[in-house]
Amino acid sequence: MSSATPVTEPIVFRWHQAEITAIAPVTPQVKSFRLRCDLANAYRPGQHVDVRLTAEDGYQAQRSYSIASAPDGSGTLELMVEALPDGEVSGWFSQAAEIGDRVELRGPIGGSFSWDGPDGGPLLLGAGGSGVVPLLAMLRRRARVAPEIPAALIYSARTRAEAIALPELERLAGDGTGFSLHLTTTRDDGGRRIDAALVAGALARVGRPEKVFLCGSNRFVGAASDLILEAGVPAGVIRTERFGS
Amino acid sequence: MVTRGFVGRRQPPETGARIPPGQYLTEDFPILQIGPNPTVDLATWRFTLRAGSRPIKAWSWEEFEALPRTTWQGDIHCVTKWSKFDTAWEGVSFDDLLADAGIAAPTGFLLAESYDDYTTNVPVADLVNGRAMVATRYAGQPIHPDHGGPARLLVPHLYFWKSAKWVKGLRFTQTDTAGFWELRGYHMYGDPWREQRYTGD
Repeated sequence: MSSATPVTEPIVFRWHQAEITAIAPVTPQVKSFRLRCDLANAYRPGQHVDVRLTAEDGYQAQRSYSIASAPDGSGTLELMVEALPDGEVSGWFSQAAEIGDRVELRGPIGGSFSWDGPDGGPLLLGAGGSGVVPLLAMLRRRARVAPEIPAALIYSARTRAEAIALPELERLAGDGTGFSLHLTTTRDDGGRRIDAALVAGALARVGRPEKVFLCGSNRFVGAASDLILEAGVPAGVIRTERFGS
Repeated sequence: MVTRGFVGRRQPPETGARIPPGQYLTEDFPILQIGPNPTVDLATWRFTLRAGSRPIKAWSWEEFEALPRTTWQGDIHCVTKWSKFDTAWEGVSFDDLLADAGIAAPTGFLLAESYDDYTTNVPVADLVNGRAMVATRYAGQPIHPDHGGPARLLVPHLYFWKSAKWVKGLRFTQTDTAGFWELRGYHMYGDPWREQRYTGD
């Protein structure tokens, strides 16, 4: 390795105990969990954690969940968990978890899919379904530390009732700081999927984006990437996270 | 630390032995990548072996497709916890690439380099003797761009982030040099059976 190569200290992820301090419904399928954990002030919006559950006989299961909160000094972080059919870990969260229960977390993971105020903007975000969770963390951070940065969120949800944190997003969009929400619902009457007109509308509000984050299903992220590239945004500013098939 | 009320879903015995610790079986083929699919044109596609910055050998798509073919069928394991059984790949083995280039591996390590500027490190010992290929077909078809086509590295005995998508070459390095995810806390080696997900595992 040449001397010009920057030397990066290896990042070590350790398991941390976490205790559930609050549970709240978000949508019919999604619940919010506040967890007290010493990771709570040491992550960047957009990152995720691995969650590990351990049964009495030592059997363990792990899944990854995006962090919904922005660091806020509370000593807690927020996860939003969607109940999946036959979900081994999401099923425990949706049906069994109670305040005071303990799980293990490690992370924060995902350095390239993260944003903080000094990274600047304009910021173009695109979410399909529960893919909005890491982007919500970015918008919460922006509102707190850098509300002057222009931002737009294109959000494709099945229905308004299934859109995560919709009242909060609509309140942020009305706060007069230059954040715009571009919601489309695919299953409501007159519903449509993300299209060129929706992307053009968001770009008209936000200007030329320097940071683009897209999160959702393969289908959503693929379609959103193509539309944003076709609108002339360079590929190098686009970061993606996909889930599902 | 036991989580109250968690029972979990054990794998049936016939699949349990094939699932590395912490993984679950999926029938889907999920996708993990850092940005949009890069545009890769077969007319200008090149696959290049390098020793450090020095090119050793480069192949065009036609030249690459004319190399001896290798097939592999088996299970793959992603660090994001899914495993997929009985995947079928075809491509050119690392051994055949070296043979066509007329060289032995000049060092014990390399970085796979991709068209989207992704990199990942793999020891040469994990690529030789039929353990790895540059794959150009999946399940009998050209590899879809979502899954790394036209060509991706396939090192199926390591976590799948080592199997770089849209690969454009292999760069031999003097030392084991961290790639994109390894710089961000992922394990330098990545053996699913030892659950080497992250640094320190």
